[in-house]
Amino acid sequence: MRKFLPIILVSFSAIIFMARLFYLQIIDDSYDEVSTNIAVRKVYDYPQRGYIYDRNGELLVGNQPAYDVMAIPLEVKTFDTLELASLLKLSPNQLKKQLDKAWRYSPRLASVITPQLTKKEYAYLQERMHKYQGFYIQKRSLRDYNVKHSANILGYIAEVNNRDIKQNPYYQSGDLIGKQGVEEQYEKELRGVRGVKYFLRNIHNKNIKPFKDGDFDTISQKGNDLTLTIDAQLQKYGELLMKNKRGGIVAIEPSTGEILSLVTAPTYDPDKLVGRKRSKNFTELYYDSISKPLYNRPLQAIYAPGSPFKALTGLVALQEGVVDLEESFSCNGGYTYARGARMGCHHHPSPTEMVTGIAHSCNSYFAQIYRRTIEKYETPQKGIDVWRKHMASFGLGDYLGYDLPVGRAGLLPDAEYYNRAYQYPTYNWYASATLSNAIGQGEVLTTPIQLANAIAAIANKGWFYKPHILKSINEESIEMDKYTTKQHTTIDKKHFDPIIQGMHDVFNYGTARFLQVPGIEVCGKTGTSENYIKIDGERMQLTDHSIFVAFAPKDNPKIAIAVFVENGYWGSRYAGRISSLMIEKYLKGNIERKDLESWILSHSLEDEYAKPYSGEPFEINQ
Amino acid sequence: MPKTLLQIDWLSILIVVLLIVFGWSNIYSTTVTASDAEVFDFSKIYGKQLIWIGLGIFITILILSIEAKFFEKFSTVIYIFAVLSLAGLFLFGKTIAGQTAWYSFGSFSIQPAEFVKTAVALVLAKYLSEINVDLKKFKSQIKAAGIIAIPFLLIMLQPDAGSALIYLAFIIPLYREGLPHWYIVFGFLVAIIFILTLKFGFAIIAPIIFSIAVLIFLINRKNKPKVFIYLLVTFLCISFSYSVNFILNDVLLPHQKDRFDVLIGESNDIKGSAFNLYQSEVAIGSGGLWGKGWLKGTQTQGRFVPEQHTDYIFSTVGEEWGFLGTSFVVILFASLILRLFYLAERQKSQFNRVYGYCVFSVIFLHFFVNIAMVIGLFPTVGIPLPFFSYGGSGLWGFIILIFIFLKLDAKRKSLN
Repeated sequence: MRKFLPIILVSFSAIIFMARLFYLQIIDDSYDEVSTNIAVRKVYDYPQRGYIYDRNGELLVGNQPAYDVMAIPLEVKTFDTLELASLLKLSPNQLKKQLDKAWRYSPRLASVITPQLTKKEYAYLQERMHKYQGFYIQKRSLRDYNVKHSANILGYIAEVNNRDIKQNPYYQSGDLIGKQGVEEQYEKELRGVRGVKYFLRNIHNKNIKPFKDGDFDTISQKGNDLTLTIDAQLQKYGELLMKNKRGGIVAIEPSTGEILSLVTAPTYDPDKLVGRKRSKNFTELYYDSISKPLYNRPLQAIYAPGSPFKALTGLVALQEGVVDLEESFSCNGGYTYARGARMGCHHHPSPTEMVTGIAHSCNSYFAQIYRRTIEKYETPQKGIDVWRKHMASFGLGDYLGYDLPVGRAGLLPDAEYYNRAYQYPTYNWYASATLSNAIGQGEVLTTPIQLANAIAAIANKGWFYKPHILKSINEESIEMDKYTTKQHTTIDKKHFDPIIQGMHDVFNYGTARFLQVPGIEVCGKTGTSENYIKIDGERMQLTDHSIFVAFAPKDNPKIAIAVFVENGYWGSRYAGRISSLMIEKYLKGNIERKDLESWILSHSLEDEYAKPYSGEPFEINQ
Repeated sequence: MPKTLLQIDWLSILIVVLLIVFGWSNIYSTTVTASDAEVFDFSKIYGKQLIWIGLGIFITILILSIEAKFFEKFSTVIYIFAVLSLAGLFLFGKTIAGQTAWYSFGSFSIQPAEFVKTAVALVLAKYLSEINVDLKKFKSQIKAAGIIAIPFLLIMLQPDAGSALIYLAFIIPLYREGLPHWYIVFGFLVAIIFILTLKFGFAIIAPIIFSIAVLIFLINRKNKPKVFIYLLVTFLCISFSYSVNFILNDVLLPHQKDRFDVLIGESNDIKGSAFNLYQSEVAIGSGGLWGKGWLKGTQTQGRFVPEQHTDYIFSTVGEEWGFLGTSFVVILFASLILRLFYLAERQKSQFNRVYGYCVFSVIFLHFFVNIAMVIGLFPTVGIPLPFFSYGGSGLWGFIILIFIFLKLDAKRKSLN
């Protein structure tokens, strides 16, 4: 044994080494590429990002050239720090910090030292760059905004962060990537394909000649141009109307599911997030935690839908056969549904049946038909689940699948939800406990786009296409199954006629009679939703949200719209006026009712929004 | 001298010459710059290595001319001189990169640690060949350990853990001369538990140790094993495994800890410790079967592997000569070591045999640690590849070490 130990050790080591070498050199070819990557310099050619147009071909976003100062840390030789720092408008300390950061990212890959110089700065630097080994200037293209609106739709582009690089190996330090909106959603289409040229080099950065005669070089491809479904004029007008208010507008073309406008308020000028000023401005927008300009309200804000929900309550009751069109219910300023429990109603002609019920927005009527719907089944659990299934078929309680990167599902409660809330089976609960759902004031929560989509489904009498924002790529219209498959509701087509009639009567003699658009048959529904916030742990009620939904024209509808104005009080006060003006703008192209327009433009809700933060007691619903 | 040339083992010399020549051509490749391809430019690293090689031939002739008896007789004097040269570093030495390992004479430096190995081998051979020495006895074990430990500790103080590590090689001759088995078993156990615990963690290794102990116990059941011994050994192994983190965090210096982390893949910091290894693996891995050809390695020519002409010289072989080149070098080393082993075993004199064992063990450990490090199987330890790496001290150290043995071997019949 003693004599064999050396033989065993030596043979064993030799075999292990050969095996490892065999693996490294012959089996594992991952090093071949790395090796090429190191000794051969890649020079990138960044293509122009795709342009973005509105549905009528108006250019929204183009490009402008920009120049990044890059450095490859391993190649940086001693240089005059002070001089370069002043050229780059950095302090020597900042420059050192940037270089340290670059080392940490990678010693042999390029990192950005100063991003996005202007053309003028570039021209000046260009002549002096040769003095600084390891530094070079990379040309890229930045966004150039043609419009001052639609920031929430378009999104912005920014330098990739370390997480982006980790998640997607396509990106490298200094690359630009779409963030938010269409830029993020359609990043792959917009960015195009980066071109690469390979040059052979030694570590002194010399001997630059094409590697293998350029056989491996690729040519960059320009990004694809996108045409959105947005109507730029309507979008611009919507943002104007929402000035000094908070909330959202969603307008959809019912026959296609195309989003015509998607307004959030407050918003910002998209040009704020371009170039070197981006990070400063972004921080400012990001930390505005009171008005939240980066919060995409039409997609992300969830509100109690309020009275527009009555239209859906009516449809479900008709489908379930618990009421017919003739049956009328009297309303004496409310409905007492249990001992000591009463749901109030406003003053209107009584009694009402379905059509007049919608026109007058009678709480008592809808509470009773809702109760019948639930009580049709042996248990309230079963009843709620049937009701939920109908509501879900309108796209409520769901992300809807539209092509923008943010959203909320809202809330559409089911039996499980109430069982938990009321501790069933320890305690029982009944239809009456959920009665507020009838008038959209219960547990149901919706985003503006969900509500707009539901109205589009009513306008279409029972179906909708999933809302979407992309119309065509390079002028070829998209044929995505997702957006060309009809989604059918669970309500039969015949039940829609009386509901639509009721919504039309809202304008004829109902809650929005003074908002008629001359020459256009509009159908709509007002809504007023109570709301509360918590400030310093104290729950307080604020002025009601003003809500309005509408579609027009009544026959062959071209636009369905949902408008939410936070703390705007009753439905027709703000949201109704805005909806009416939006419809006029879209269908007629110009506004004839100047007095209505100037009322909206001159009224601000800023005082209302300041109330809860003033620290003093305040009155609501004034 | 002429007689010596007839009796000497020419096969060993042939392999050594092949290693030196191939080594130099790789040093040339890592250090040549296109504009000044002049082989005898002595201001360049490859030129200097030519001087070391030339002087190496002179040293070889000198050693072969010395009476073989000299080395045994004067081993103690040589050893004392060697230890003094190490101690003297702390007074007169030059500190390069934090290590006080060099005597500097103008532009020329010498690293005594490279020569001390020979002295230790000589004195160890001399001591073990004394009649009353028996490595089964504790007293002899302690004395032998002392001979190794003195230079070992002096080198650790420089501090140069890599060079000190080589002294582990002397366990092999000690084992051959009767050191009890359990020293070897113990050594392996410590190493294996240390590395496996680092890689997989205490929570996984402890149950495995326990299961193995139970398994061995059950297999040995018929021999009525002592339960107490099993429990003790198992307990010690598990305790050691438990203390690995402590050793790593509180005993090892930060850069040494980093090297372990890099090896077990815990650290991906390419700039820091992993950078050398990464660049080395890239160079080797991109070589493929045939290599990119001499002077054509993109990594080598781009100077991407740090220390490539010294500790990482093997990565040049990998890149420019491919798997064929690396296998060739590995086989050359294995052949040399096994040849020396064969020569050592055929010695009649115990002094010759122990010395021979020391020679191939030292070469083996250098070969093993260096290549294992360069191909990512061992933590980064800065020791040269014998005959291959750039450096006068290293080259001469190995030449002296091996040619004393070849001289002893040539004269084995005339001795005793």
